This record gives sequence, C-alpha cells and structure tokens, in this order.
Amino acid sequence: MLRRRTVLQGSSALLSGLVPLGAFAADTVTLPIGNGERPLVKVPQKRPMIGLTSRPPQLETPFAVFNENVITPNDAFFVRYHLAGIPLEIDPDTHEIEIKGKVNKPLKLKMADLKRLPAIEIVAVNQCSGNSRGFSEPRVPGGQLANGAMGNARWRGVSLKAVLAQAGVQSGAKQVVFNGLDTPVIDKTPDFVKALDLDHATDGEVMLAYQMNGKDLPMLNGFPVRLVVPGYYGTYWVKHLSDITVIDTVFDGFWMKSSYRIPDTENGVIEPGTAPKATVPINKLNVRSFVTSLADGAKMKTGETQLKGIAFDGGTGIKQVDVSTDDGKSWTPAKLGSDLGKYSFREWTLPVTLAAGAHVLKVRATSNGGKVQPDKAGWNPPGYMRNVIETYNVTAA
Amino acid sequence: MKRMTLLAAAAVCSLAIVTVVNAKPFTYELPPETATFKPGPGLDVVQGNCGACHSSDYIQTQPRGPKFGKDFWQAEVTKMITVFGAPIDPKDVPAIVDYLTAAYAN
Repeated sequence: MLRRRTVLQGSSALLSGLVPLGAFAADTVTLPIGNGERPLVKVPQKRPMIGLTSRPPQLETPFAVFNENVITPNDAFFVRYHLAGIPLEIDPDTHEIEIKGKVNKPLKLKMADLKRLPAIEIVAVNQCSGNSRGFSEPRVPGGQLANGAMGNARWRGVSLKAVLAQAGVQSGAKQVVFNGLDTPVIDKTPDFVKALDLDHATDGEVMLAYQMNGKDLPMLNGFPVRLVVPGYYGTYWVKHLSDITVIDTVFDGFWMKSSYRIPDTENGVIEPGTAPKATVPINKLNVRSFVTSLADGAKMKTGETQLKGIAFDGGTGIKQVDVSTDDGKSWTPAKLGSDLGKYSFREWTLPVTLAAGAHVLKVRATSNGGKVQPDKAGWNPPGYMRNVIETYNVTAA
Repeated sequence: MKRMTLLAAAAVCSLAIVTVVNAKPFTYELPPETATFKPGPGLDVVQGNCGACHSSDYIQTQPRGPKFGKDFWQAEVTKMITVFGAPIDPKDVPAIVDYLTAAYAN
C-alpha cells in the first residue's frame, strides 16, 4: 500500500526527469573508487558536500575538511538516511520524546523538559558502519562511500540514564529501543528502529543530544534531538528521536536482527567473498587513522613537510600514531595533539623530510586498548568496519 | 502587591510573545532531485517501481563490472521485494532486471 507521500515523491521524481541536468550544472568530484564520480551538492545548512543519493539525502564530507580542525563543522558533517520519509517540518517547541514500555511512569518529554535536566557534553566521532565501503575488495553492494562518512563533534544534551531514571525502569528490562521521525515510504518497509542493551543505554554516556558544536543540530543531522552513542557506529545514533521504549526481550526488528550485523569473528572480518557462519550486531568503532594534510597522489616539494592527521577508536583512546615514509619498512612515532576525550578524533603531527622522487607514506594507530590497524584490509559482506593502514603515494620534486 | 502582580503579568505576557515567536516550526527544503535514470527499454517500469522509494543515484553508484551483471541486479530486485517490501508486480521483475543490467552493469 503506497502512502500519500509516496505519490508526491513519485510525481516529483517524474517531474525532475524532465529537467535537463544542465539546469543545475553541478560540480562533480571523482572518489578514488571504481564508478566514483559524484556531484557536489548544496543543501540548506550545509556547504557543498559529496552527493551519494538525493532521496533520501546522503552526503559525504569532502576529505579536506578533516584537515581544517579536529572538530568537524556542522555544515560539513556527513548525512546518512535509510528511508525517504524524512521529516521536513519540525516544531522544536512541541516535539516530544515518548518514553514507554517497561517503565513505572511513562513520560512525554519536550525539548524544554530535556533542557531542565543536567547537561552533559562529550566529544565523539560518529562514523557510518559502511564508511569506506567503496574500497572493499571484492566490491559489495550498498552506499559506495570513500572515507568521508565520519565526523567528530562536541555533543551536548542529557544522559539517557537521567531520562530513564525519571521514568523508572522496571526490573526484568533488557533493552531500550529507539525510533525517530523518519519513516518508510511503503508500509511494508521496516521502519528504522534500533536497540541497545539496558546496561549500555544507562552507562551515563549514551545521550540525547540537542546541540552539536554549540549550535542546534542541522536538520539532516537529527534536529531537534538525536541519540549519541559514544564509541559506537552511527547506525545507533537515531536522528529526530521520538520514541524510547524499554523492553524485557531482545529487540527483533529488521535493522537489528537482519541488518547492521557483522561476522561473529575476531574484528568482524572473514575470508573475502565468503559468507559468515554467525553474526552479531555491529558495535564499537575499530581503530583508524588518516593523513589529512595531503591526499593519495599528492605532488609536493622536496625537503621538510609537516604531516598532519587524525586517529580514533571506539573509546579506549589513542595511545600512539606511527608514520612510515618508506612503505612500512620503518616507522616513526608522531606527536599527538590535545586530548579532547577518548571518543574524539586525536590530531597528530610529524615533520618528515622527503628527497626528490616517489614515496609511499603510511599511517598506523594503536589504541589504549592495544589494538593496532591491520596492514591488510579485512572484508565482510556488508562492507563494514574498514580500518586497514592507509597508504599515500606521493611524489616530491 | 499590586505592582508585583502587574510585573508578573508583564513577564507572563513577554513569555507568551516569546513562545509565539518560537512556535514556528522549522521547515527544511531539499533542492530539486536532479539524478535521472538512464534511458532504455523498461525505463517507465523502473521509474514507477524503484523510483517510488529512492532516487536513481542509489542504482547509478553501485559497483560496475563482470561481477555486477544480471545476477547482481536480480538479487538486488529480489532484496527490494522480500526485505524492503517493494510492491513490484512479479510480471514486471524481468523487465526491471533487464533494464538495470543493460543500463548499469558496465
């Protein structure tokens, strides 16, 4: 059964088919993956972003943004939706979050109610599970992203623990289920609903965030309030949060039971091209690092160059970043920048001297939890959790 | 006492004004959709089915090459029907798969 919105969208899609592409003459970028040409698109509240899809809107951050600041600006933060029924009109004064299920006192909280609770702030990376999927080898279907489906922001809001304490969680509760205002176009499409175990949900860090970098959330990043799950992949960070349901079972909705699952193996990877024997819900970010001050293929001057980049993991923090300028034969520790917290990007810098000719640069992070990036890319069927040591072929002259 | 009441009333009034000003819902307008399906036999069926839930760039940006031929597109269409509930008439499926394979496999 089609909903009315579908009809409207369908007709607008047909109409847009009649508009010559040239009318919008968009700039394009070519990501370093096969079939990687993308338009640079401008939508309200955002600077020009790499357009992955237009309905629902999905936008990737141009990678150069990550060299500007260790905090990703709101207007450059990536956007990922699953369902085309996205909210385009929200009244922040009347928007409510309903807290229900296995609680003693069901609640409906408005933004003003949330803002009366003690505010907390956490700097945390939100990274799409499928960030870098376009580099999977063999390639896999899905959103063909390069490395820009991630961002680091200072989130301000209230802890879910404080909100659930007001409602009073009943004994026997197992999970907390989250829904937002986005809806499927067709009734039979599973609504985007996610769940966390109760212990995790009430750890005091999982939060309902109403500000991002000191400002209201951009609409496409979940205005007026989204779930923030520090250290966990973005799939859990439900946008336009509207329903919190405490349950005494394990939630079996599509987006938990069938989707966003990784092989139940060390690091979530399996032999490329094979199928996993068992799967578990995707969870914590693995350790990654990037050079931000140059891109693969860069041409630079001989002599000293200051390399700069970022590193992060799922919440143990970054212990060390090492850089190689000889294709991984030798490594030099980089200097770590200021520590904005264990869930944040950590800036690193290292001056290197490059003689004339070709050089293969690599960057490798080690987490406080003792995890090191692998030198060979792991693989899984959904193309999740890429964290191979990044390589940059550069030429100095 | 009376003065305080007046002050209180004034405060309530200004609050009310603030509330009215803030009560405007925030509206967001996306730019017109520019991505279009490639021309080819079956285009109308694809626009009417696939295009109901997502823009054509979902298809256009998928990997290309020998491993992303007819079997790949058949699997994708099957997934849309069985997993995402796309109300595609079974008799339209071959035309959709053929269109996708011809337009987007290479």
